[in-house]
Amino acid sequence: MSVTMIEPGQTMPAIEHHYLNAEKGIKSWLTTVDHKRIGIMYLISVVLFFAVGGLLAVFVRLELLTPGRTIMDAAMYNRVFSAHGIVMVFLFIIPSIPASLGNFLLPIMIGAKDVAFPRLNLASFYIYWAGGILGIIGMLSGAVDTGWTFYAPYSTTTTTVVWMTLAVFVAGFSSILTGLNFVVTIHKMRAPGMTWTRLPLFLWGIYATAIIQVLATPVIGITMLLLMMEKLIGIGIFDPKLGGDPVLYQHFFWFYSHPAVYIMILPAMGVISELMATFSRQKIFGYKAIALSSMAIALVSFLVWGHHMFVAGQSEVAAIIFSAITYLVGVPTGIKVISWVGTMYKGSISLRAPMIYAQMFLFLFTIGGLTGIMLGSLNVDVHLHDTYYVVAHFHYVMMGGTVIAFLGGLHYWWPKMTGKMYNESLAKWAAGLIFIGFNVTFFTQFILGSQGMPRRYYDYVPEYASLHAFSTYGSWILGLGLLVAFICFIHSLIKGEQVGADPWGGTTLEWLTTSPPDAHNFKRVPLVTRNPYDYDAAYDDLLGDGMGDGASRTPVVSPSRS
Amino acid sequence: MSTTATAIDTGHHDHDHDHPEYLQHHFVSADQQFDSAKMGIWLFLVTEVLLFSGIFVAYAVFRNWYPESFHETFSTLNIVYGFVNTCVLLTSSYTMVMAINSIQNNQVDKMVNYLFTTVALGAVFMLVKTVEYKEKYDGGIFFWLWEPHGHHYEHLANVAYASIFMKLYFVATGIHGLHVLIGMLLLLWVAWKGKEGRWSSDYYNYVEVSGLYWHLVDIIWIFLFPLLYLTS
Ligand code: HEM
Ligand SMILES: [Cu+2]
Repeated sequence: MSVTMIEPGQTMPAIEHHYLNAEKGIKSWLTTVDHKRIGIMYLISVVLFFAVGGLLAVFVRLELLTPGRTIMDAAMYNRVFSAHGIVMVFLFIIPSIPASLGNFLLPIMIGAKDVAFPRLNLASFYIYWAGGILGIIGMLSGAVDTGWTFYAPYSTTTTTVVWMTLAVFVAGFSSILTGLNFVVTIHKMRAPGMTWTRLPLFLWGIYATAIIQVLATPVIGITMLLLMMEKLIGIGIFDPKLGGDPVLYQHFFWFYSHPAVYIMILPAMGVISELMATFSRQKIFGYKAIALSSMAIALVSFLVWGHHMFVAGQSEVAAIIFSAITYLVGVPTGIKVISWVGTMYKGSISLRAPMIYAQMFLFLFTIGGLTGIMLGSLNVDVHLHDTYYVVAHFHYVMMGGTVIAFLGGLHYWWPKMTGKMYNESLAKWAAGLIFIGFNVTFFTQFILGSQGMPRRYYDYVPEYASLHAFSTYGSWILGLGLLVAFICFIHSLIKGEQVGADPWGGTTLEWLTTSPPDAHNFKRVPLVTRNPYDYDAAYDDLLGDGMGDGASRTPVVSPSRS
Repeated sequence: MSTTATAIDTGHHDHDHDHPEYLQHHFVSADQQFDSAKMGIWLFLVTEVLLFSGIFVAYAVFRNWYPESFHETFSTLNIVYGFVNTCVLLTSSYTMVMAINSIQNNQVDKMVNYLFTTVALGAVFMLVKTVEYKEKYDGGIFFWLWEPHGHHYEHLANVAYASIFMKLYFVATGIHGLHVLIGMLLLLWVAWKGKEGRWSSDYYNYVEVSGLYWHLVDIIWIFLFPLLYLTS
């Protein structure tokens, strides 16, 4: 029962007034408080940092192409992989989906004109950049070689961690403010009729994320602050030389950083739920299960940090408890996977690029999640801890999960953001290359890890050489794929065809407004009268002018519904 | 919950209908704006509490590990300073409440006076803190400094881990002091805008919000005082 708004072959008229041309000039962008423009600025920024982090990754893999020195010395290698991790985690993946897609979509999806605190929103964008610039200073002024985790006592003995930790502190502040803004927006700004159970699942993901951002990020803030103080004034709480305890640092760090991995994945899961619904043309299977499992994950994520420290000298009782709770994370995660598969079951699936990415996500994330459960069991982890197995695990969840979902979401909402369609076959080529490249790069690392290759090593015995080389070749394919995806988007900006309001037949509110949306999002405050994935009722909406209150409804002959 | 908006025409590009001036364009009603501000500041206060809780955890861990050094070190703190400052901050919280009370009754001048009193009390707090810091500095103890000397402090040189506790003291009170300063600036700004007539009983979000912030600063001190000063 697809609703075809225009005849095939007929081009859409371009929208005259929208947020992109509401004001002109670079200054209107830099001072904007429009959540859509801020979302776009975040998008450009995170893509920039992704490129920086990606380039560093290419260097890491190049160095590991052959045993011994390939392109850089050991000290440099330590700096490059540390910078890669720090940039990717704190400057790319944590802000990625929430700050770009979330900012753009959240108010539209609840029928609001903006987030609750638009100026704060702009401020957090600049604070994010302040963090970014501090990070760049940190990299240029000698760079950190501790890895992204800044473990003491490495971090209390190397010299330059202060810039980097300050960068993380400042970026964290931006993350807190964004999270706070989103929580208040979802609570207070929903349009009439937009009840909690009518929230699109993307927003449930964003909401759970925002809660973690608010509740966990202050802890990394104080951790970084204490680490800086340790370095600057020598408090002595982390540095064993002064009577401190490095394991205490690890507790502090992971108390934030485990929940932070859900800051990374929950928005991705939200994106996937939207893609599954739209491209299966089915009501989501188990809406409440998905929504509540996001909240459950957010909750449980605060209780499992110790699984990063099984071999770091915590008590055995603690280790066993952390291991048991870690298994629990698998439950809500599994519920989501089942709901997505259930949504596709008997759906009329359309394999456009966003859906291809959703399928890739399902496959890769499942591997990442299952290997996480394996690492969560004590006896296995003692063998696999600090090997490439862990590296592979977190790349399957972070890159295979979050980055893939981000790409899927970007293709999906691109027409909404720009008013232009992308080139489908180019997009599919990119997706294919990324999928192959990713698996060649990282599946290999599961094998390497299970054979005992330790992570963060500059050199390795010749036995590992062929697998390392294979992994490096994979990174080239992956890089090429990402480049093609980038070109695809640029191509769309220049050559893309104008789209209508709802090119995919999506049913959430953002598809009711024009593409690109008006500066104020909607003509009127929408009146929400149906559930987000109610395909039958959504068709009725489209009879009016789409605002849900039936205004200017014109009688149209209803096409046959199945 | 004030998202009880009706599907009114929001006027698209013109803003000339009967919205009060202080109502930002993206809110439907003044109530919605007020509720949002209030929820926002409460969430922010939660993050502040969490930030300080990191320090409290470190404190608890080390107090537990080295109880003797802990007692020896913190018994050098001067309870009088701590007590005076506690009274000062408690009083300032009261004047803050009165400031909000005044503006709720539309008494702008009274509110401004109460705000200035609050800021002045904050300044007294900072002054006492400075005197206290200065005494320690003279005794060879400061953020980065650890050469205890003089009859009051010199024995600390022989107390194992005393420097950890002293430096925790500086970090905790330092970050708290920074919060007091920020609060003072905030209240000055609010008072200034009050003088210009920005706030009224219909619209005093900023007074309310900065008041809540000020109370938080006070409450954190209420925890710091016994944990640091009242240890014997
Ligand atoms: C089913 C869910 C998951 C489980 C049970 C799980 C479990 C684990 C365990 C036990 C470790 C520690 C391994 C070790 O160091 O020996 C680990 C590491 C890691 N996981 Fe997961 N994980 C899950 C999902 C995720 C997700 C969704 C992400 C990110 C999006 C993630 C990111 C990471 C990272 C970054 C590390 C390595 C940190 C480091 O040491 O540098 N995990 N995971
Ligand atoms: Cu974890």
